[in-house]
Amino acid sequence: MDEIKEKLVDILKDVTGLDNVGADPDEDLFKDGILDSMATVEVLVTLQDTFGITVPVSEFDRSQWSTVNKIAQRVQELE
Amino acid sequence: MHNITPYSSPHYFIYLLLLLLPIIIGLWFGKRFKVYDFFATVVILITAFFGGNMSQGISLIAYVIFEMITVFGYLSYRKKHNSFWIFSLFVFLAIIPLIFVKLDPLIKNPTISLFAFMGISYLTFKSVEIIMEMRDGVIKEIKPFEFMRFLLFFPTITSGPIDRFRRFQKDVLNVPSREEYVELLHSGVNKLMQGLLYKFIIGYFFGTLLLPKVTILAMSYRNQAPLGLSWYVLAYMYVYSMYLFFDFAGYSLFAVAISNFMGVKTPMNFNAPFKSKNIKDFWNRWHMTLSFWFRDFIYMRLTFTIIKHKWIKNRVAIANVSYFALFLIMGIWHGETWYYIVYGIFHALAMITNDAWLRFKRKHRKQIPSNKFTQAFAIFLTFNIVCFSFLIFSGFLDKLWFS
Repeated sequence: MDEIKEKLVDILKDVTGLDNVGADPDEDLFKDGILDSMATVEVLVTLQDTFGITVPVSEFDRSQWSTVNKIAQRVQELE
Repeated sequence: MHNITPYSSPHYFIYLLLLLLPIIIGLWFGKRFKVYDFFATVVILITAFFGGNMSQGISLIAYVIFEMITVFGYLSYRKKHNSFWIFSLFVFLAIIPLIFVKLDPLIKNPTISLFAFMGISYLTFKSVEIIMEMRDGVIKEIKPFEFMRFLLFFPTITSGPIDRFRRFQKDVLNVPSREEYVELLHSGVNKLMQGLLYKFIIGYFFGTLLLPKVTILAMSYRNQAPLGLSWYVLAYMYVYSMYLFFDFAGYSLFAVAISNFMGVKTPMNFNAPFKSKNIKDFWNRWHMTLSFWFRDFIYMRLTFTIIKHKWIKNRVAIANVSYFALFLIMGIWHGETWYYIVYGIFHALAMITNDAWLRFKRKHRKQIPSNKFTQAFAIFLTFNIVCFSFLIFSGFLDKLWFS
């Protein structure tokens, strides 16, 4: 789980260009405007490549994918 | 007898609430009466579509049968196979009736739009959503009855808000507890009152009282200003924008309120859009169920495909191409006139400019001030850009210049 989170934070930093993303793993990434639709898709595609999981766009429910902790949880379930 | 447009007059609510009474009493005692729900749906559909020569009603029936065949045809295909091209074909099939209706004014041949009835767009959005989610494998089973109930849910049938199938199912398969239902009734009554204020008082004031006056003034001064753009055109812009918001937000509040009375939490369409601090923020607050539909089923899918196949490398270019696709499709959907298309292009350009500004701001965070004044200015600027886009959308410039 910690490994997933580490990789995830790296992905988020790459996509958003912000250094402090993931400092608070419960921060709402959509509410604070950190992820827009474009960045979200980039994260989804990178997650697919990194973890070998498939996440269809309609699987992506904003309320279930809103924080680092929640995304990591979903990735672990799908792996 | 004529067709009765839902929520078009205050009287409508008296009959509607009488019709809803058994549903409300049922939910109060923790019951959903499927047969009565069906009966109420039939009553509303008859009053809305089968008045006069019944042509709308017949179109509606033909449309529903056609969409049923399409959706269930794809479902049975998808259980065994998953080709992108077959999927595209079925999406195309699902929008064919809408394409005919939209092309009708262009080719001036009214016989072709066999399918025309009020609300066809909103039913089509729902059908396409289901096909797309079937492809993604998140909708695996759906019964013909469930499809019909979702498609023909009468509080939202003519103009949305556009609900999503899985969200809708959660509500109709569940009976709210007494506390939850009291909460829903409470919020329903509030929204109904707010809707009455918006549509029949404020919307009426702007749309019925003011709008015709500024229209006449702007038209009569059109020879005295360059391009006909007198100050009255500016007045028209603000009056029309206010009318558009209060009329449609009022209608949407009715649709959500009536859904709430039926134990369904139909999503809201507006969230204080004139308080938006930029154009992106605006599309997260204005006609939300439509913009989120376009975001989820066009924008995100398109960017996903472009990134996955590496068609375009530059992420800014990907975002911009997708904005253009989204807003052009939105413009074309509104209708085949130059001003709807220009409206779409205008918003695509506004989004692209906004993104560029946000990137610039991120890089120069320290040099750019942010205080109460800049925030108020951002809201003011966004409001005016939005109102200008509504002036394009209104078609008034067409009248001003070409009539």
